[in-house]
Amino acid sequence: MMSKILIIAEHDSNTLNPSTAKCVSCAAAIGGDCDVLVLGSGIGDVSRQAAALEGVSIVIETDAAHLAHPLAANLAPEVAAAAGAYSHVLGPSTTFGRDLVPRVAALLGVNQVSDIMAVEGPTTFRRPIYAGNAIVKVDVPAETTVVGTVRAASWKEAATGGSASIESRPASSEAASHSRYVSLEAGDGERPDLQSAKVVVSGGRAFGSAENFEKLYALADKLGAGVGASRAAVDAGYVPNDMQVGQTGKIIAPELYVAFGISGAIQHVTGIKDAGTIVAVNKDADAPIFELADIGLVGDLFTVIDEMMALLD
Amino acid sequence: MKILVGIKRVVDYNVRIRVRPDGRGVETDGVKMSINPFDEIAIEEALRIRESGKADEVIVVSIGGDECQQQLRTALAMGADRAIQVNSSEALQPLSLARALLKVAQSESADLVILGKQAIDDDNSQTGQMMAALWGRPQATFASRVELDGTTARVTREVDAGLETIEVELPAVITVDLRLNQPRFVKLPDIMKAKRKPLDRTELGDLDIGADAPLSVSDFAPPPARGGGIKVDDAAALVAELKQRGLV
Repeated sequence: MMSKILIIAEHDSNTLNPSTAKCVSCAAAIGGDCDVLVLGSGIGDVSRQAAALEGVSIVIETDAAHLAHPLAANLAPEVAAAAGAYSHVLGPSTTFGRDLVPRVAALLGVNQVSDIMAVEGPTTFRRPIYAGNAIVKVDVPAETTVVGTVRAASWKEAATGGSASIESRPASSEAASHSRYVSLEAGDGERPDLQSAKVVVSGGRAFGSAENFEKLYALADKLGAGVGASRAAVDAGYVPNDMQVGQTGKIIAPELYVAFGISGAIQHVTGIKDAGTIVAVNKDADAPIFELADIGLVGDLFTVIDEMMALLD
Repeated sequence: MKILVGIKRVVDYNVRIRVRPDGRGVETDGVKMSINPFDEIAIEEALRIRESGKADEVIVVSIGGDECQQQLRTALAMGADRAIQVNSSEALQPLSLARALLKVAQSESADLVILGKQAIDDDNSQTGQMMAALWGRPQATFASRVELDGTTARVTREVDAGLETIEVELPAVITVDLRLNQPRFVKLPDIMKAKRKPLDRTELGDLDIGADAPLSVSDFAPPPARGGGIKVDDAAALVAELKQRGLV
């Protein structure tokens, strides 16, 4: 039987999150038809962006006021109602997908495959456990809908250039009376998002203060890079916690990752081990980050940043 | 008001994980086991709510063999009022866990269920959301701040875009993130006291949760290793190397 895959789009009402294009790549590895479900309010632009992804057959758009904010209690019944025609339902393994997709799986009465990193067959997947310290094979039993989240760091974005049709689907449920969206306090939006940036520079506690992180921001701007931080730097209050890279923060896979003054605790390493090239700059020649780094430089991070700034002019 | 906290016994987060040579699991023989760190934060939050006068009772529940009584006793030593072991010889997957926890929450008439956002062994991050769905109640996942006002919980959530705040009506399921609080240390007298606190044992079979079709999990393998790297002497050599590799 050919797979019929439904992808839940992630977006902010204006822009499709790159995690959706990664789900489309995962769907292509599974094979079969791939549709994208866009839930929200005033989402015409998002639907058009989804329709441009290579490999998408139909974009299904449900536009309703109560879907304006991504409350799982409101979104899950819509996904479950649309899921009947599909063999697979996929969402991204971002906080959006990790919140929503298990709620969908429970409504459909099935177990979920979290963090799909590889596809070995329409119902056979590889996923990490123990923070990536072990990889397992997961087989979904026959006759059940495959519901899964797609690990962003493991997949490239599908290309654009497609022209899927856009169909409208009325909302099937009312707003949940027990859940209300209040606000979103966004992080700094000036630099590329950590999850999608091709280059990420990252700082640890060795920076010593929030002011000293300005040097890292300047280097990031020169490189067009996103900025991350270790948990130690976050806990010390130098940077906000949405910058944290690691097991309990963001798991990223940029083409280039440059770690300044980060020792390389297992927590942090888990978040970067799929990066293309890892560069470590640290005063301590014995720091564990050097075991992982493709290019290591033992030295003072401030001196190295200053010199890099001059050399990159 | 009653708070139910679900906890899981897992390999301690400081233990270096080794995949068994037969590929059927990870080494757990002689390995230190602990309460899942996120669940410990869930217990702490429940205790703080009770200590602020907004809850009367904190009940901890764990689903597993008798060995999980050790973690339940630790939770009692932290300050939980009583504990329930749902005895199960096999490890359940999240859908069954959610069904079992829901049965317990309903029989206890819990107003609030607090769980860790994920277990650090399976890393599934599913059980709380599934439980909320089956219950037809709200969920507030990845909480970094919880404020209770009567039957409303205002929860700040750690999401990729920043900090999102939502309000949910109780009963509700909250799953907690790392920065919500710093769990207390257990003192020796508390451990002695915990031995006298009630720990009830229920058979999973008696909860009548029905069967689901579990995922088959096999072929445990260590992650692929990264190749050996090089060392450079200074920033000039670093930039030259990056330029040569076409990275800057």
